[in-house]
Amino acid sequence: MAEALTCDNRLTQEYLDIVDEIIKPYRGQPGNLIQVLHKAQSRVGFLPREVQVKVADGLGVPLTKVYGVVSFYSLFNTLPKGKHKITICAGTACYVRGAKQLINQLKEDMDLEPGGTTEDGMFSLDLVRCIGACGLGPVVTVDDEVHGKVHREKLTKIMAKYKEE
Amino acid sequence: MEMYRSHVLVCAGAGCISSDCKSVQQALLANINDLRLDNEVKVVETGCMGPCDLGPVVMVFPDGVFYRKLKPEDTREIVNEHLLKGKVVTRLLHSPVGSSEKVVSFNELEFFKRQTRIALRNTGVINPESVEEYIARDGYRALGKALSQMTPEEVVITIKESGLRGRGGAGFPTGLKWQFTAAAPGSPKYVVCNADEGDPGAFMDRSILEGDPHSVLEAMAICGYAIGANKGYIYVRAEYPLAVERLELAISKGREYGLLGENIFGTGFSFDVEIRVGAGAFVCGEETALLASIEGQRGEPRPKPPFPAQEGLWGKPTVINNVETLANIAQIVLNGAPWYASMGTEKSKGTKVFALAGKVNNTGLVEVPMGTTLREIIFDIGGGINGGKKFKAVQTGGPSGGCIPEAYLDTPVDYDSLNELGTIMGSGGMIIVDEDTCMVDLAKFFLDFVQDESCGKCAPCRIGTKRMLEILERITSGQGQEGDIELLEELSYGIKNSALCGLGQTAPNPVLSTLRYFRHEYEAHIRDHKCPAAACPELLTYYIDPRACKGCGVCSKACPSDAVIGEKKKPHTIDLNKCIKCGTCKQKCKFDAVITV
Ligand SMILES: Cc1cc2nc3c(=O)[nH]c(=O)nc-3n(C[C@H](O)[C@H](O)[C@H](O)COP(=O)(O)O)c2cc1C
Ligand code: FES
Repeated sequence: MAEALTCDNRLTQEYLDIVDEIIKPYRGQPGNLIQVLHKAQSRVGFLPREVQVKVADGLGVPLTKVYGVVSFYSLFNTLPKGKHKITICAGTACYVRGAKQLINQLKEDMDLEPGGTTEDGMFSLDLVRCIGACGLGPVVTVDDEVHGKVHREKLTKIMAKYKEE
Repeated sequence: MEMYRSHVLVCAGAGCISSDCKSVQQALLANINDLRLDNEVKVVETGCMGPCDLGPVVMVFPDGVFYRKLKPEDTREIVNEHLLKGKVVTRLLHSPVGSSEKVVSFNELEFFKRQTRIALRNTGVINPESVEEYIARDGYRALGKALSQMTPEEVVITIKESGLRGRGGAGFPTGLKWQFTAAAPGSPKYVVCNADEGDPGAFMDRSILEGDPHSVLEAMAICGYAIGANKGYIYVRAEYPLAVERLELAISKGREYGLLGENIFGTGFSFDVEIRVGAGAFVCGEETALLASIEGQRGEPRPKPPFPAQEGLWGKPTVINNVETLANIAQIVLNGAPWYASMGTEKSKGTKVFALAGKVNNTGLVEVPMGTTLREIIFDIGGGINGGKKFKAVQTGGPSGGCIPEAYLDTPVDYDSLNELGTIMGSGGMIIVDEDTCMVDLAKFFLDFVQDESCGKCAPCRIGTKRMLEILERITSGQGQEGDIELLEELSYGIKNSALCGLGQTAPNPVLSTLRYFRHEYEAHIRDHKCPAAACPELLTYYIDPRACKGCGVCSKACPSDAVIGEKKKPHTIDLNKCIKCGTCKQKCKFDAVITV
């Protein structure tokens, strides 16, 4: 598991500036909360408290509400993710074609569970509910690369490729 | 526009992307450039053509030759032989399941031949990034016709008379929804497109947005004119980044060409569209939750009435329509209500897009008239079950729906026939399962899904689905008790009657429906501690087939509980008292000697 943020690994000023930059056009517009959080997460990688505070101040929304939104939507995360983000689709089509076995495989081979990150911080795993490539289930994505019809050997191969890097 | 003698369409839908169509396209372009054909041949990247299982797929026009399962190295032959010399590369053609004959043209394939494409008319045919191509295929003519020749009331009446019903799940008559919103007091009014596509296993909305984004924008503008709105929002799920990108491009092109924005076609009517991206919450597909999410709130639903037609976005009258619903609008306006109403069944007009997925041969997207039978869809178009297995059921309607067993395969599909069978049309996802799927496990999958996605606002959904899930977990792990089935039924009806929104009200459906048709599977789990499909790991018994076992010892080394015993080179056996049913031996055995019953 990645560690929760401590004083030592606070966001650097550079990232805080980026967040300020993102907020600027939406100042005082609470309706854009979700869009701003998306933008912040895509640049910073996650949404720690400091970012939420900035967004709350900038848009004029109470911090509790920002946190309420962050915790409601499954795509927002408050902890950093691994260097490579693996997602396994756990939608119906992928499920009936063996997504569960792939999830078990990562658990056995890499001690990686949904929502978790490997100890070396290289990989994190999340489940998604369908990415719309159902015709080719089970589907696994690593970062932006989509792999269809994944089975045991194929997954081993894909992981090996990323481990080499 | 420049003239090309040939167009090569490369499918870049979600399925083909995951089978790496990008490399195929690059290789194709490189080969075309090598032979200096780039002035004569144009490569067009399209949205989903439909036959996802055959990807990466390419069609060569004007002849419509259909190549499938391409590798980058195959493109050289296509360019050399087909594009240069005009000879079709037979090796790369498709032969349908169960036939060895190669089919040259796409419209000779059963898969395409039996379809009627209205919502998907442009998807997989045009370059989705080109507004010109959309316009060349009658794009924005319907908007022009509505604005210049029809009153808003006439537009509403046309949609009403067409019989179009909402494709997002509930099947509410679209014209009526527009009429209510047009008549509702309050202003401004809004048009919202529901592109949250929550049903896992359905991907038609994604394909339309990625393959033909202007069809949705045009329809939203027509709706805006009909109900008196000047602003629209498209709520797209974040899992569809390419759809967002294509929409953004389409909106900016639309504005540039004066098809969106102020004073469209000089008629004084203004309409503009903004995109809102979701953040991974299934419940946001429910219309009131979706509106809350657009407003930047937690996506929690609220009780209806008031309906969005009266009090929608920011409390103002709002039409919410699904992507596929909207994709039909322009054609209805152009061709008239009687044309559309001539297709389909008595109460469900027009066509419906289905997403075939699961254990079917031709996974992909198909559009057929309402009233087509399940057998035609799954067997004639879908090519039947893969791996020679036996069809068991088709699941429709996702987490809110149910399953249909073999006995009802000849049912003509429409909203009402599916309701009678205890399921729903939903968004049109069809997950086909074979004999290897355990129906109790499938029900558990859906319960796990809704349990996870329940927003927690109302207790029946939050707590009730959790209790149901626990019972199902108990049953599938062999701990089921007499009375569990009755308890599941009681909870189901309780939740259906008391949950706040559609999510909870329909959550028990997968359980009720599997109980209706596959009760014996539940009973076998509970009474005999057996899983008839041999899918629930904890109910399996592992044996080693002495005839197949070579005594290599791989399994006994791998077994975490030392349950495999036997001498080297002699058939091994499994000590059932020690076996923890982890399945490792079966995975490791190279001779398929480990069997489960
Ligand atoms: C839990 C739940 C999830 C839903 N998800 C979707 C969805 O993903 N896409 C959609 O178009 N409609 C969805 N709906 C239906 C919408 O609430 C609404 O009926 C629909 O968008 C109306 O558009 P239509 O009349 O064009 O179908 C969902 C409903 C419920 C109760
Ligand atoms: S169910 Fe996995 S991509 Fe749709």
